[in-house]
Amino acid sequence: MSSTKNLFDKVWDLHSVKTLDSGQDQLLIGLHLIHEVTSPQAFEMLRERDLKVMFPERTIATVDHIVPTLNQTRPFADNLAEQMMSAIEKSCREFGITLLDVNDSRQGIVHVVGPEQGLTQPGMTIVCGDSHTSTHGAFGSIALGIGTSQVAHVLATQTMALGRPKVRQILINGELGPGVTAKDVTLYIIQKLGVQGGVGYAYEYAGEVFDRMSMEERMTVCNMSIEGGARCGYINPDQTTIDYLKGRPCSPQGDAFEKAAQWWLELASGPDAKFDDVVEFDAADIEPTVTWGITPAQSVGVSENLAPISSYPEEEQTLIKEAFRYMELEENQPIKGQKIDVAFIGSCTNSRISDLREAAKVAEGRHVSEHVRALVVPGSQLVRKQAIEEGLDKIFIDAGFEWREAGCSMCLAMNPDKLVGNELCASSSNRNFKGRQGSPTGRTLLMSPTMVAAAAINGCVTDVREMLSPATV
Amino acid sequence: MNQIESITGTCIPLLLDDIDTDRIIPARYLRCVTFEGLGEHAFEDDRKQDPEHPFDKPQFQNASILLGGRNFGCGSSREHAPQSLIRWGIKAIIAESFAEIFFGNCTGLGVPAVCASRDTLEALDQTIHNQPEQELTVDLLTMKIKCGDQQFDCTLPDNARAALTSGTYDFLAQLLQSESEIKEQAAGVPYFSSFA
Repeated sequence: MSSTKNLFDKVWDLHSVKTLDSGQDQLLIGLHLIHEVTSPQAFEMLRERDLKVMFPERTIATVDHIVPTLNQTRPFADNLAEQMMSAIEKSCREFGITLLDVNDSRQGIVHVVGPEQGLTQPGMTIVCGDSHTSTHGAFGSIALGIGTSQVAHVLATQTMALGRPKVRQILINGELGPGVTAKDVTLYIIQKLGVQGGVGYAYEYAGEVFDRMSMEERMTVCNMSIEGGARCGYINPDQTTIDYLKGRPCSPQGDAFEKAAQWWLELASGPDAKFDDVVEFDAADIEPTVTWGITPAQSVGVSENLAPISSYPEEEQTLIKEAFRYMELEENQPIKGQKIDVAFIGSCTNSRISDLREAAKVAEGRHVSEHVRALVVPGSQLVRKQAIEEGLDKIFIDAGFEWREAGCSMCLAMNPDKLVGNELCASSSNRNFKGRQGSPTGRTLLMSPTMVAAAAINGCVTDVREMLSPATV
Repeated sequence: MNQIESITGTCIPLLLDDIDTDRIIPARYLRCVTFEGLGEHAFEDDRKQDPEHPFDKPQFQNASILLGGRNFGCGSSREHAPQSLIRWGIKAIIAESFAEIFFGNCTGLGVPAVCASRDTLEALDQTIHNQPEQELTVDLLTMKIKCGDQQFDCTLPDNARAALTSGTYDFLAQLLQSESEIKEQAAGVPYFSSFA
């Protein structure tokens, strides 16, 4: 393999079946993940055209978006949610697809489950009818969110038509300060490059900061590639990747694992790899970051004040004014000290065991502010089980957090967990769009799970660094 | 499948930046197993909060071309978003730029999503506000937007343009033709054979 090829190009070329007449590539898909929201119409398309699933063993289903997190007894209280559950159960039976249903101990948010089960592996092409499929790029795969028609294409042919994006390397060297997390890194990148900065690109995240990250931290970074407009994001596989995958239920076993590991490492972009663009940041410039507006790029460091409207380019000022109006915030005000109503720790961005461990350190021995409703929603049933074994559930419950069952919960308001009225929510999720958390006037401040825990305790946006014990800092 | 060479119709202006798919179709309407009926809920929460929302204005009710700003359709991959716009009556979108998953969904559904400069968008916006009955034509053969005796440039990636104008934008039929090549390609990918 040519040493000038980056990982993206190596993986793409390996999976390109042919170039279609229109110019898109027909790309072979290695892993297809589906959930209950974006798949029912795809199965209907197959039925209408009398098609079968070409490689049923390469599609895995779970349920996450509509699943209630308080009481998962069937039938669900929401009749529409129950109908969607029945639909995916029926389709998976009919087409021979494995479904990790609510009664399966492996169920959870699709982007938590894939890696946890070892389904997600380096060198794969991975798609799911969900924009946060970019999460799986953490393993050095090409992982893309797709629409429902494309879900049908992948079911029927294990391929899809796609134009090849360019590749931008985002290089961050240096050391992150104490209390600065993977979430802050990704929010910082989006703040600097904008929500459409990545359009046309796949992102390769490289440099010391990502090299040092755990797989779960890498997933947080890749997860929000889509918020930066990128088609996908990835991190080159290394020993951390191999160690994570070893022994997972769906990882290769025995000799096959050794062969796989060798191949995975060979896929990584080498020192001579070429990129269409390179952007570099310094880790030392990143501080705990909080969004204040209605796009994920509208963020500030927790110690900063919100910038005056006049400091934005003229063509952006309308949007910025609207963001201030909607969020009921003022230019020049500090974000620190902003009173919150709700705190949410969860979502495919930050609901893994390491997220819960770090948040629990902040919560331990403290209590959620009287006026705050605080939820912790593990990303999968296995994360939940692990957290209980470590006593994290008890720490959260004693601190006044609600401890829930696995699901997408309050990230997107397709289940009973929602904001009410214009509540302001400190959230470890990925989108602060208008109405995103279920109330048309609800407001979201995105931040890391430790920052959410700190905000929950103090009842307002807090610099978590002031709450960490000297041992952790 | 139809060859889509041009779309002609009146226009609805929504010249705002970063319109995300949650705003186009709020998540609660994704609790469904069909796309039918999504049209009436397009921009529902925005409309409730803005009595002046163009989607509620009588003069735009028959519009088939939507005018958007920068980064139109960002966020969630939900195909429900273009499906709801189509069911509302939209056949083409002109914006400064598009988020990629949304763009791909539109193309696959036969909705040209073309880019135009801010100046063009503002000129069109002005015209439409003055004369809502003015028809536009988005011509994919010449890549021009025609508006009365005015004409503006627009862009569309070559592969999307080819797919639309040749009527091959629903890729399924083409993908299905390659069954033997797909299986052959899969055989050469190490993990398809469990690294045996």
